[in-house]
Amino acid sequence: MSIVTFISNMIIPMLIFYIVGLAIMMKKDCYDSFIIGAKEGMKTVISVMPTLLGLMMAVGVLRSSGFLDWLSGFIGFYTEKIGVPACIIPVTIIRMFSASAATGLTLDIFKEYGTDSLEGLMASIIMCTTETVFYSISLYFMSVGIKNTRWTILGAMICTFAGIVASIVFAYLM
Amino acid sequence: MLNYIWAIMIIVGVVYAIITGNIGNVTNGILESSEETISLCITMLGIMSVWTGLMEIARQCGLIQILTRRLDRLIGWIFCDIPKGHKALEYITTNIVANFLGLGWAATPAGLMAMKEMAKLNKNNPTMASDSMCAFLIINVSSIQLVPITMIAYRNQYGSVNPVSIMLPAILSTCVSTLVAIIFIKIKQGKRA
Repeated sequence: MSIVTFISNMIIPMLIFYIVGLAIMMKKDCYDSFIIGAKEGMKTVISVMPTLLGLMMAVGVLRSSGFLDWLSGFIGFYTEKIGVPACIIPVTIIRMFSASAATGLTLDIFKEYGTDSLEGLMASIIMCTTETVFYSISLYFMSVGIKNTRWTILGAMICTFAGIVASIVFAYLM
Repeated sequence: MLNYIWAIMIIVGVVYAIITGNIGNVTNGILESSEETISLCITMLGIMSVWTGLMEIARQCGLIQILTRRLDRLIGWIFCDIPKGHKALEYITTNIVANFLGLGWAATPAGLMAMKEMAKLNKNNPTMASDSMCAFLIINVSSIQLVPITMIAYRNQYGSVNPVSIMLPAILSTCVSTLVAIIFIKIKQGKRA
C-alpha cells in the first residue's frame, strides 16, 4: 500500500476520533447531535434524488445512443496525445455548470472503466477539486446586483485549470 | 442553465440514436439508469447521514469557531482592502471553513452575507464588483474540501477497492488551485496599488 493511500485511509477515522473525543471532553450530548445531523443528511439525499434521477436518465440516453463514445473518440484524438483520456474532457466542461450533471458523467466513467482505473481516479479527483464555477459566480453576484464581474471569471478559470492539471498529474502518480 | 443542459443531452441522444440506428438501446438505457440511480441513492442515504451526523457534533462543539480563529490572519491578508475586525471578514472565514468541512448548507448563507457586507464597502459603481468580491469568489471556487464524502460514497457504490484512496490527491490538487488563486489575486491587487 502506498503512502498516499495510507494517509487517505487515516483521515476519516482520525477525524471521527477527534470530533467524538472533543465532544466528550466538552461534555456535549454527542449522540443526540449525531441524530439531529443524520436527519438533515437523509433529507438532503432525498431532496437530490429527483435531480440525480433526471440527470442519470439523460446520461443513460446519451450513453446508449452511442453519442458519448463518438464524442470521446473525437476529443480523444487530440487529448490522448498529452495523456488525458477523452472521457475526462466532457466531465471537466459540464462540471463548471452543473455538479449533478457532471456526477452523472463521472458515474458513467465508473461503469465503463471502473472506479480504480486511471480514468475513474482522474474523474474522482477532478470532481473533488473543481467547483460549479458559473453557478457559484452568478448566484453570489446576483444576490447583490453586481453586473460587472471584472477579473472574477478569469481568475476562477485559471485556478480551475490549475486544479484539473494537478488532478491529472496526481492520478498518474497513484 | 440546467434546463438547457438536460434537454440538450436528451435531444442529442435521441437524434443521434435515430441517425445511427441505435434507438432500440435507448429504452433499455433509460430503464437501467433510473433503476441504478435509486440503488445509488440508498447507499448515499447511509453514508451521507453518518457524515452529516458527525459534522453536527463538530458544529455543536464549536469546531467552526475554532478553525475560524486560526484562519484570521491569512484571510485578513488576502482581503487586505477590508478593514480589520469588519463583519465581512467573519462571514468570509465562516464560508471557507464550512466549505472545508463539506457543510455546503452552512457555507452558502455565510457567503451571501459576506457579499452583502462587501457590497456596503464597495466604493466602485454599485453594479461593479469590488476587489474583495472578486477575490472572495475566486477563493470560493477553488475551495479546499477536507473529506469529499459524496465522491467517496459514489466510489463505494461502484465497487471501488479503496473508495477513500482519492482523498490525499484531492486535497493536494485543491491546494494547488487555491495557491494559484491566491497568487492571481495578489497580482491583481498589486496592479491597483
